Amino acid sequence: MKEVWTLAEFRHGKLNPISFELLNRGKNLAQKLNTSLASVVIGYNIKKEDIDELIKRGADKVYVVDDIRLENFMVETYAKVILKLLDEYNPDIFIAAATTIGRTLMPYIAVKKQTGLTADCTVLDIEEETENLLQTRPAIGGNILATIKTPNTKPQMATVRPHSTKPSPPDKTKKGEVIYKQFDNEAFNAKTKYIKFVKDESQQINIQDAKIIVAGGRGLGKAENFKLIEELADLLGGAVGASRDVVDRGWKTYPHQIGLSGKTVSPALYIAVGISGAIQHIAGMQTSENIIAINKDPEAQIFKISNLGIVGDLHEILPLLIERIKEYKKKGAN
Amino acid sequence: MRIIVPIKQVPETSNVKMDPVTGTMIREGVENVVNPLDLYAIETAIRLKEKYGGKIIVISMGPEKAVEAIKEAIAMGCDDGILLSDKKFAGSDTFATSYVLAKAIKQTGDFDLVICGERATDGDTGQVGPGIASFLDLPLSTFTSQILSVENGKITVKRLVEEGYEEIEMMLPAVLTVVKEISDPRLPTLRGKLKAKKMEIPIWDAQKIGAEGQKIGLKGSPTRVVKIFTPKVTREGEKVIVKDEKTLHQAIDKIIDYLIEKELI
Ligand SMILES: Cc1cc2nc3c(=O)[nH]c(=O)nc-3n(C[C@H](O)[C@H](O)[C@H](O)COP(=O)(O)OP(=O)(O)OC[C@H]3O[C@@H](n4cnc5c(N)ncnc54)[C@H](O)[C@@H]3O)c2cc1C
Ligand SMILES: Nc1ncnc2c1ncn2[C@@H]1O[C@H](COP(=O)(O)O)[C@@H](O)[C@H]1O
Repeated sequence: MKEVWTLAEFRHGKLNPISFELLNRGKNLAQKLNTSLASVVIGYNIKKEDIDELIKRGADKVYVVDDIRLENFMVETYAKVILKLLDEYNPDIFIAAATTIGRTLMPYIAVKKQTGLTADCTVLDIEEETENLLQTRPAIGGNILATIKTPNTKPQMATVRPHSTKPSPPDKTKKGEVIYKQFDNEAFNAKTKYIKFVKDESQQINIQDAKIIVAGGRGLGKAENFKLIEELADLLGGAVGASRDVVDRGWKTYPHQIGLSGKTVSPALYIAVGISGAIQHIAGMQTSENIIAINKDPEAQIFKISNLGIVGDLHEILPLLIERIKEYKKKGAN
Repeated sequence: MRIIVPIKQVPETSNVKMDPVTGTMIREGVENVVNPLDLYAIETAIRLKEKYGGKIIVISMGPEKAVEAIKEAIAMGCDDGILLSDKKFAGSDTFATSYVLAKAIKQTGDFDLVICGERATDGDTGQVGPGIASFLDLPLSTFTSQILSVENGKITVKRLVEEGYEEIEMMLPAVLTVVKEISDPRLPTLRGKLKAKKMEIPIWDAQKIGAEGQKIGLKGSPTRVVKIFTPKVTREGEKVIVKDEKTLHQAIDKIIDYLIEKELI
């Protein structure tokens, strides 16, 4: 029995779509190993539709633990519950998304299972001869890629960088098995108490989940000019990012900071406006699928990693760009 | 309060080189610094000490040179340092590193908090903090952005998560990993530097911390690096230069065409 497991993320009463990206990864691995793919979903009040959705998106089995004491993520209880499942079913591979949950839970679990864990992978594959999981990840600020394996211990564990793959499309006809599990009180003992969640209203769209990010740097000149960035992001349905310089100046809050000491993002499109492209900034966004840069300095580093570079003054370019996109969208609407 | 701060010495990120054969970092000739994200952990510890009194012990696993990192932390205001250095530790992955640090932390006696950086800028995993908590069976707050209160043997913190913040309360002792938002690291003082210079930093080896041989170093590491390679730069980087009205409109057309072509709009 060598199942491939993915962690489906259920928070604030909803399934995180990242769970479907993981299923896409998992499907590929399970096919190569000729085995079944299972998702684990834990939380409270998990709806039947959500479980069905996991099956349609590729899970052959779904392990469900639904308990009020799992309503909010707490590493101690989540780890205990998952460890019980791992001990009972012994999957070969267990992957989770490199979100704040995955990056907290997985290292905690890996230590208890005395197994290896590779962080923030962008490529997962199976080594043919050994059937080992090959885990590839960027390291050292994206300067290198390293392929890592966990040859002697099980499960082989990895966290996967959000948006490094597409979610698998739903297959309406697909059937799967649902296994409900319950655990006694001991599994829910914790030295932590969850108090509350406070939504950050300035983050309209969660940056790490955003398909499009429009980021501004010091070139904007002053805080008010960020309105242009916000407007463009809004038009494109994207989130707002910022360089550290801008955060240090208080033009934008820290949750928006992209880079080495901020967030690592990998959206489908990253538009960098008035950002020079310091290595510490690039470290957080260079795996974006498409990069467009606007900067008045033709020698700016950011152009080296851009698919399209516009050399010019952002104060001329942004207002016109915004206007033209609005026109384009209006035309589309008619 | 007794606070332990594990810090790592890392190469300055802007000029890192890799050995293509062994897949390890070439450390010679590269300037080393305290992992920049660990400065926030150090600052957090110092502020707690200023408020509640107590003692801060900095620990670092690494070659003998890593003593420099410990001294820098002491110059900032930490009290004591311990270097964990042993040939047997070489090649440790995050599992083995967490094990060694957890063993050493136990060896230092009772403590209230372990405060780590969010991640090291070289390995870039962020797994060691949670790993330490797991080995020590302690409550854990990752991505900690604010300490709200410490009282009655409990700590209440704010964590930075997707879409906002979470507040949790943990029984002490506990492990924190902190993000930049938590503090603004101070610079070492002259007095601190003098103190650090004079200080002898004890070196602990595998035997001293009672580490099991099969859990440390390369041998004790469940992961193996199979291959290291440099990412292919595939970006063509077409550039459009805006010189006047006409080129401005051309540039805008280019952006819009690009967005349409890639189905981003
Ligand atoms: C340990 C460490 C960690 C760090 N972590 C991060 C991090 O996480 N994230 C991060 O971003 N940085 C980080 N940095 C800082 C980084 O080195 C740079 O200082 C920072 O990214 C620069 O921000 P910037 O590009 O906005 O500013 P600048 O480098 O000043 O660039 C501004 C750019 O705007 C352009 N410009 C100016 N006016 C206009 C105009 N009118 N029209 C068009 N273009 C214009 C300029 O040509 C210039 O290229 C870190 C540094 C260190 C040492
Ligand atoms: N060799 C080490 N010695 C001391 N602390 C370390 C070491 N490696 C990692 N840490 C701590 O663990 C954090 C996360 O590191 P990492 O998991 O390697 O990204 C760092 O910010 C340090 O606080």
